[in-house]
Amino acid sequence: MRPDLKITAELIKPGARVLDLGCGDGELLEHLQSHKGVNGYGLEINPENITNCINKGVNVIEQDLDSGLENFADSSFDMVIMTETLQAVKAPDRMLREMLRIGEQCIVTFPNFAYWRCRLHLAMRGRMPVSRHLPHNWYDTPNIHLCTFKDFEQLCDDNHFNIVERFMVDASHNTRPLINRFPNFFGAFAFYRLGREPS
Amino acid sequence: MTDGQKTSNSVGIVTPQVFSHEADFPLQCGRTLPGFELVYETYGELNSERSNALLICHALSGNHHAAGYHAADDRKPGWWDACVGPGKPIDSNRFFIVSVNNLGGCHGSTGPVTINPRTGELWGPEFPPVTVKDWVASQVLLADHLGIDCFAAIVGGSLGGMQALQWAIDQPQRVRSAVLIASAARLSAQNIAFNEIARQAITSDPNFAGGRYRQQHRNPNLGLMLARMVGHITYLSDDGMRQKFGRELKSGDLSLGQDVEFQVESYLQYQGRSFSQRFDANTYLLMTRALDYFDPASEYGDSLVDAVARTSARFCLISFTTDWRFSATRSKEIVDALIAARRNVCSAVIDSEHGHDSFLLPIPRYFDVLGGFLNRVHQDLNNAP
Repeated sequence: MRPDLKITAELIKPGARVLDLGCGDGELLEHLQSHKGVNGYGLEINPENITNCINKGVNVIEQDLDSGLENFADSSFDMVIMTETLQAVKAPDRMLREMLRIGEQCIVTFPNFAYWRCRLHLAMRGRMPVSRHLPHNWYDTPNIHLCTFKDFEQLCDDNHFNIVERFMVDASHNTRPLINRFPNFFGAFAFYRLGREPS
Repeated sequence: MTDGQKTSNSVGIVTPQVFSHEADFPLQCGRTLPGFELVYETYGELNSERSNALLICHALSGNHHAAGYHAADDRKPGWWDACVGPGKPIDSNRFFIVSVNNLGGCHGSTGPVTINPRTGELWGPEFPPVTVKDWVASQVLLADHLGIDCFAAIVGGSLGGMQALQWAIDQPQRVRSAVLIASAARLSAQNIAFNEIARQAITSDPNFAGGRYRQQHRNPNLGLMLARMVGHITYLSDDGMRQKFGRELKSGDLSLGQDVEFQVESYLQYQGRSFSQRFDANTYLLMTRALDYFDPASEYGDSLVDAVARTSARFCLISFTTDWRFSATRSKEIVDALIAARRNVCSAVIDSEHGHDSFLLPIPRYFDVLGGFLNRVHQDLNNAP
């Protein structure tokens, strides 16, 4: 299983109602269905991914995230998930508000643009970072809204999203003490679980 | 069933069969049929658990002959032969496929062109109006006759998809999965409007004779032709027609001031004429009314969510980008209701330039989705408790 999905799966309670935005080939939902008795739906637009989901018996719906989620009722899911996709949507702030309208809570994962390798790449070479962590060129990247952990938490603050839980990992999806100390420098990917009201 | 094979991936030569229901059959309209017959075909073998049955529901002008050939010298196979057969998306190696002509049809099942046993005469315009619900009720009796307690899948396009949905609502314990292709939970005003033009074309043909044309040895060919022509336009897309016909001329030359005929004119006339020779006008009226009246939500306080909350099938909804007769949005309405009702559903919107007709065409992604879903249904049969 993809390491980030494994981490995400651990954040989800058994039996939860889950909506996975950009569910890819359905790996996470298939795991949640068979191991946690989760009732889940995934949204996806890539035809190959959709066929893979169908072959796995995953409830996949062909729907473009950028064209809105109005068809989902308020509080109709326990958890709305978006893995490695927030940075690729047109309006991440609006997306997060929608996720917390539809779900009681949401989980978002995204790459950190302030990761030390990115900083080094930009500082030393003067070019947009391209690495295992962010593998695209500036002109062909789907990642149109890259941010740092600090930027993200500022957005949460401005919108009164409650950060229930967060943790960061390195580029190999491992946790390290140093990351806890300086997350915005040593963390490559973040996992945030958000709720509606600040506690 | 399969006596011969015309090609290696064909179900081969098939022989239609007849199911007779001898008892009175009450209809939704309040009238009762004194029994009925349904003509049907089957492809593949029913397994020993009797769990692998798959029902194909046909659309407006379809019939029971979905796949294979009736005789070795048939020019054309059944209407869905591209999709139904060994190794095809609806795989006769996996499923015991049942394809039935709807009650009220004109290809062998009891309908306007059969004899009313009470009078000894043709039913004609006296045949009672039937609904999608009636079709399901009649097909339930056929399933009983065949010893099928639960269908592994019920599959239909357009009006056939509506039947699959009604099946899942009315008989939740007898439908394991339902595939609705280019379908809708009810018709739009625009859809009903097109059907009304078709009906007016037929009933205003002098040869319609109040529906008693057969008794008078006439046929409203012109009305049927016009009905089919307007219908056919709605089954295609603007782009699809441009690509298929453009502005090409069949005959004449504009620059010489001659009378000309565009390719599209001759195509529509041909389609209309051939339809008028093979389809019964009263059946056409009956089928379009069944389409118009279809609205399963109406029985549940106009809530489609409440209607589909009764279902227990796993659903697959497939729609096509250029279909404006049963647009992708109409399928989405059903998907949204199923999600709200917490039912299992998957959906795909297939890129195609062929409009509503796409559901009859072998479009690779469409077949991947349909075949993938049914393959999964078949796998799960073996894992089911």
